[in-house]
Amino acid sequence: MTSILKNTSWRSLRVWQRNFDVYLATWKVNFIPPVLEPILYLLAFGLGLGQLVKDVPYNSHQISYLEFIAPGLIATAIMNHGFFETTYASFVRMYYQKTFDAIMSTPLTIEDVVFGEILWGATKSLFAGTIMLVVMFFFGLLSFPLSLWILPISFITGMTFASMGMCFTAIVKNIEMFNFPVFLFITPMFLFSGVFFPLSTLPIWAQYVAWFLPLTFLVSSVRAIGLGSFGMDIFLQLLVLIVLAFICTLLSLSMMKKRLLK
Amino acid sequence: MNNNQEMVRANGLLKKFHNFTAVNKINFSVHKQECFGFLGPNGAGKTTTVRMIYCFLEPSSGELIVLGKNVLHNPRGIKSCIGVCPQENNLDPDLPVWDNLRVFARYFDIVGKEAEIRCEELLHFVGLYAKKNSNVEELSGGMKRRLIIARSLLNKPDLLIMDEPTTGLDPQGKHQVWETIMQLKDQGTTFILTTHYMDEAAHLCDRIVIMDKGEIIMEGKPRELVEKNIGTNVLEIYSANKEIENYIKSKNLNYEKTKTHYYIYIKGGEKELAEISNKFGSEISTLRMANLEDVFLKSTGRELRE
Ligand SMILES: Nc1ncnc2c1ncn2[C@@H]1O[C@H](COP(=O)(O)OP(=O)(O)OP(=O)(O)O)[C@@H](O)[C@H]1O
Ligand SMILES: [Mg+2]
Repeated sequence: MTSILKNTSWRSLRVWQRNFDVYLATWKVNFIPPVLEPILYLLAFGLGLGQLVKDVPYNSHQISYLEFIAPGLIATAIMNHGFFETTYASFVRMYYQKTFDAIMSTPLTIEDVVFGEILWGATKSLFAGTIMLVVMFFFGLLSFPLSLWILPISFITGMTFASMGMCFTAIVKNIEMFNFPVFLFITPMFLFSGVFFPLSTLPIWAQYVAWFLPLTFLVSSVRAIGLGSFGMDIFLQLLVLIVLAFICTLLSLSMMKKRLLK
Repeated sequence: MNNNQEMVRANGLLKKFHNFTAVNKINFSVHKQECFGFLGPNGAGKTTTVRMIYCFLEPSSGELIVLGKNVLHNPRGIKSCIGVCPQENNLDPDLPVWDNLRVFARYFDIVGKEAEIRCEELLHFVGLYAKKNSNVEELSGGMKRRLIIARSLLNKPDLLIMDEPTTGLDPQGKHQVWETIMQLKDQGTTFILTTHYMDEAAHLCDRIVIMDKGEIIMEGKPRELVEKNIGTNVLEIYSANKEIENYIKSKNLNYEKTKTHYYIYIKGGEKELAEISNKFGSEISTLRMANLEDVFLKSTGRELRE
C-alpha cells in the first residue's frame, strides 16, 4: 500500500501525454461520435418520446422531458467515456500492443502507467462532458453559467468510472470478458440511475437499490446543477464519488501490479 | 578506465512462477564494456533472467545488482541508465516511426529540441530516416528491430540489454544488427544479449553462459569453451551403423551418437577421415572446425524442449 503511493509519481503524466498525442493524431475520428451521440439522443427523445411524455415533475415544478434527460445524458457520457477508455482501450494497449511493457522499461513504474491511464480515462470523460455541454447549450437545455461546474465535475467523477474500469481490466482474461461488467454494471446503471425517469416513480425498494449505483449520484448532482437548483446535497453526492475514486484507484493499482508483475 | 568494474552482479538469483522455478539460483557478473551472452534452449530462463535485470520482474530471492543499484530498491534509477530491446516487438502501433522515438524519449525526460536532435541522429544511425513518417506496421521485420534498437539508445545507456536481437531476420538484417552492435561496443557500451544463434554468440560475445532448465551449466569465452569441451575439430559421419561405431570405439575416440549421425570430437582428424573414407566410403563423412554449436548441443542435449 505505501509502496503503491511511493511508486506513483508525476511521471504518470508522460503516459497521459502519450495517449493525448495519439488522440490528437486521430482527433476527427475521436471527436465526431461524441458530438453526434447526444444529438441523436436528443432528437430521438425530443421528437419521439418527448411527444408522449410532456412534462416531468422535478423539485415540485414541471419541466420538459428533454430538459429532464439532458443532464442524465451528460452523466451517462461521463461514465461511458471514462469506463470504456480504461477497459477496452487500456486492455488493447496492455495486452495486444504491449505498450505498457515498453513503457515499463523506462524510468516509469507500473503504478505510473496505470495511474496515467486512469487520468487519461478521466480526461476522456472531461472531453465528453465538454462536448455534451456545448451541444446542450445550443439546444438551450441547461442553465448557464452554473452549468460550467459540470466541467470539473466530469473530470473528477471521470476518475471514479475510469478507476472502476481499470479494476476490471486487471482481472479479465480476454477482451470478450468485458461484456460482464458492461451488461451487469454499466447497462443497468444507464437504465436505473434516473437518467430517463425520476427515481421517485420507482417502488421504494428499487429507489434504495438505485442509490447503490454510482451513476445515480452523478445524474442527481449534474441534474441539480444543470437545472440551476444548486443545493448542499450535491456536495455529499460528489463526495461519495470522490471517495469511490480513491478506493478504486488504489485497488486497481495494486491489482494491476499483481497482474503485470506476477 | 577500469574494465573490470561490474555492471551487473547476480548472487543466488532465483525466480519462481507459482511452483515452477524458471531461474534457479544462478550467479554471474557482467563487466564494463564487454558483450555478455546468455545461450540456452527454449525455456531455459534467458528472458526471465534479463527481465529481472531490466526490472520488469522482481527476483523471488537472491541478490541482483545492476549498475551498482539493487533491482528491488532502485528500479527507476537503473531503468534510466539502461536500454532494452525485448524479445517481442513492442513498438507503439498507434504512432508513426518518428513519434515512437519522440514519445519514448519523453519517458526519459528528453523533450523539445534535445529530443528532436536525438531522434534524428538515431534514425540516421539505424538507417530509417527516410521512413520517419511511416506507420510502424509498414516496416519490415528487420526495420522494426532496428527501430527498437534506436529506441533503446535514446537515453544513451551504459548497458544495453538485447533479448534475441536477430531472431527472424534475414542474413542482411542480421548483419546490419551485428554491425550496429559492434559499433556501439566500440563506443564503450556494455551489452547483455540472449541468442539461439551460435555464430552470433561467437561473433559478438566476449563471454557467454549456457543456461538449461534455469541453471547455468557452462561459462567462459566462446573460443575457450569450444577448445575445452570439444577440441579443435569435429568429424561428422552421416550414417550410423554398428561397423562404424566399432571402428570408432577401437580407436578410443571421443564421440557422440544420434539416430543418424556420429560426431567425433577430435584434434586434427585428417588421418581418421582418410581411414573412414577408405573403409566405409568417401561420401559419408566430413571434417570441420569445432564450433560453439557443438558445445551447446553436447551440453544441453539434442532433444527438443517442450
Ligand atoms: N510469466 C510467466 N509465468 C509463468 N511461467 C513463465 C512466465 N514467464 C516464463 N515462464 C516459464 O519460465 C521458463 C523460462 O522462460 P523464459 O522465457 O525465460 O525462457 P527463454 O530461455 O527466454 O526461452 P526462449 O528461448 O524460448 O525465449 C519457461 O518454462 C516459461 O514457460
Ligand atoms: Mg526468451
